Amino acid sequence: MRFLFKTDYEDDIRLFPHSGYIYSYGLLLAVLLVAPYVLSSYLMSQLVFVCIYATVGVGLLILTGFTGQASLGHAAFLAIGAYTAAYLQQFNVPFPVYFLAAGLLTGVVGALVGFPALRLQGIYLVIATISFAFIVEEILARWESVTHGNEGMRVKTIQLFGTTVSRDGPTFYYLCLAVLVLTIVGTLNLLRSPTGRAFVAIRDSETAARSMGINVALYKVKSFAISAAITGFAGVLFAHKLSFISPEMFTLQLSIEFIIVILIGGTFSLHGAVLGAIFLVMIDPFLTYLKDDMPGVISGVAATLGAGTERAGHIQDAVAAFASANGLKGAIYGIIIVVFVLFEPLGLYGRWLKIKLFFQLFPLYKRATFKRQKIYVKSERNR
Amino acid sequence: MSYFRAENLSLHFGGLKAVDAVSFAVEKGEILSIIGPNGAGKSSIFNLISRIYPPTSGKIFFEDQDITQQPAYDIARLGIARTFQNIELFENATVLSNLLVGRHRHSTTQLWQELLFLPSVRAGEKAHRRRVEQVIEFLDLEPYRDKLISGLPYGVRKVIELARALCSEPKLILLDEPSSGLNVEETDDMSFWIRDMKSELGITVLMVEHDMTLVNRVSDRVIALNYGRVLAMGSPSEVQHHPDVVAAYLGA
Repeated sequence: MRFLFKTDYEDDIRLFPHSGYIYSYGLLLAVLLVAPYVLSSYLMSQLVFVCIYATVGVGLLILTGFTGQASLGHAAFLAIGAYTAAYLQQFNVPFPVYFLAAGLLTGVVGALVGFPALRLQGIYLVIATISFAFIVEEILARWESVTHGNEGMRVKTIQLFGTTVSRDGPTFYYLCLAVLVLTIVGTLNLLRSPTGRAFVAIRDSETAARSMGINVALYKVKSFAISAAITGFAGVLFAHKLSFISPEMFTLQLSIEFIIVILIGGTFSLHGAVLGAIFLVMIDPFLTYLKDDMPGVISGVAATLGAGTERAGHIQDAVAAFASANGLKGAIYGIIIVVFVLFEPLGLYGRWLKIKLFFQLFPLYKRATFKRQKIYVKSERNR
Repeated sequence: MSYFRAENLSLHFGGLKAVDAVSFAVEKGEILSIIGPNGAGKSSIFNLISRIYPPTSGKIFFEDQDITQQPAYDIARLGIARTFQNIELFENATVLSNLLVGRHRHSTTQLWQELLFLPSVRAGEKAHRRRVEQVIEFLDLEPYRDKLISGLPYGVRKVIELARALCSEPKLILLDEPSSGLNVEETDDMSFWIRDMKSELGITVLMVEHDMTLVNRVSDRVIALNYGRVLAMGSPSEVQHHPDVVAAYLGA
């Protein structure tokens, strides 16, 4: 176990507390940089989606994890970013310009959503953000002169400095990775400065935050704007990756997927966004496996266990019917959320920390270390 | 003119007069205690001053400025900090970041500078940390810097709340029952700190307190309230022997 002896205030400010972090994150970065030359094109495509989902996850963490304002409307922010890019592309606006414009516009919309949300708490805020998402979805479907309605819009490949960046090529992957890394670094910077602390203060006690001189309304709007802007940037990349966007891609299900990303990853640290994104994106190949291979495997097992050929065939059909049932994905999402909320509220990153601590303290680890203490003195009446 | 003044301050919830035409003044550098039975309106006065409730009528002046209409977050900026009866700390943050939030009113950096963590932000953070360390030393909080609030005992939290208020370098501090839930030694420490705040840091203290020993030890003046009205005002012993106060506590 490592003990850190702090000798300077800088020790509590720097991003990497000790050299071990630099080595491990450096190694991770190196692995991510050579990934396009090693992994199959399918896995690379999944990795791009991990980057995009993780970027949205970081944006959502700022709002939900650190400021404590729940949102089920982030699919709408993603849509605004994506459509801004697709719309501006028609006028031959260069990529860096419409990329920034999309983030800026989404940020402004986020701030506008933040104002009515100021008076709402908890479940009411969730409902308000859902309604916002429905409004945006409806506008995208009806405002045909700009969005081409339900026909959707084609998104051309990126032209960057005179070269074409194919959506399947390594350059596009590096672009997504760069956006993710810059987002994370910017967010970490924010969290170690007064604004980030104000967010956390608002999450834990609005009354105390106010009496410490924090303009709660202003910081909530700021949090909405930053969160939306990050999601808008991700939306541009999302549009380019899919090369075609239409209103039915940005539904409530997508917003729920973003919530799953941070809920499963862990809402208290940025690691959660990345781990959650990996988890969520990898559900798809898992479902494909379930559909294609599981029935055969199970019937094979049944046959070796002595079931007749006919019965094994029945089993295979039943499993196949189950695996391709409509709404299986939604059901799996639901089960995952319930399981995590019940058994691991700290998410995957929380589980990782526990495993790490187990080995650091071995053999002295106590299960009660992470047990939450219940406290009943906090008053809610001054909210 | 007084340093801090409340004039005919009232707070009515429908027919209930929680605070009823209360007037008092606090002189610079004094320790003024407000006592009274439960429900007398003591904490309501604090909530009026820190603008959690808008007063039904009346005015509040601080340094000859009318602060009755200031937004709640401006009160701290003017130099009035407070603690809460039931402890309102930021539970899922470390002690250090709780105390650094206390420095919020002194932060000058802009959002874009913070996103890039420019040298100005870094320098600001170090300056804040230096002040926080002074408060940590003042209140003997060294063992707890990196601990999460949610894992700390009640007595320590009480001190951290005081520390957070001190970190904002207030001119006037409002202490809402600083000794509630503390044991005898912790109350002793608290009384020393309150007196040191006055003598070493030059802070004016307005406090609500039930523990008469603590009130007697630290207060320069005492106000007794009941049913939202002022019963008596004066030195600790005067107020304690005032017939109306005796009647309010013991029943007449």
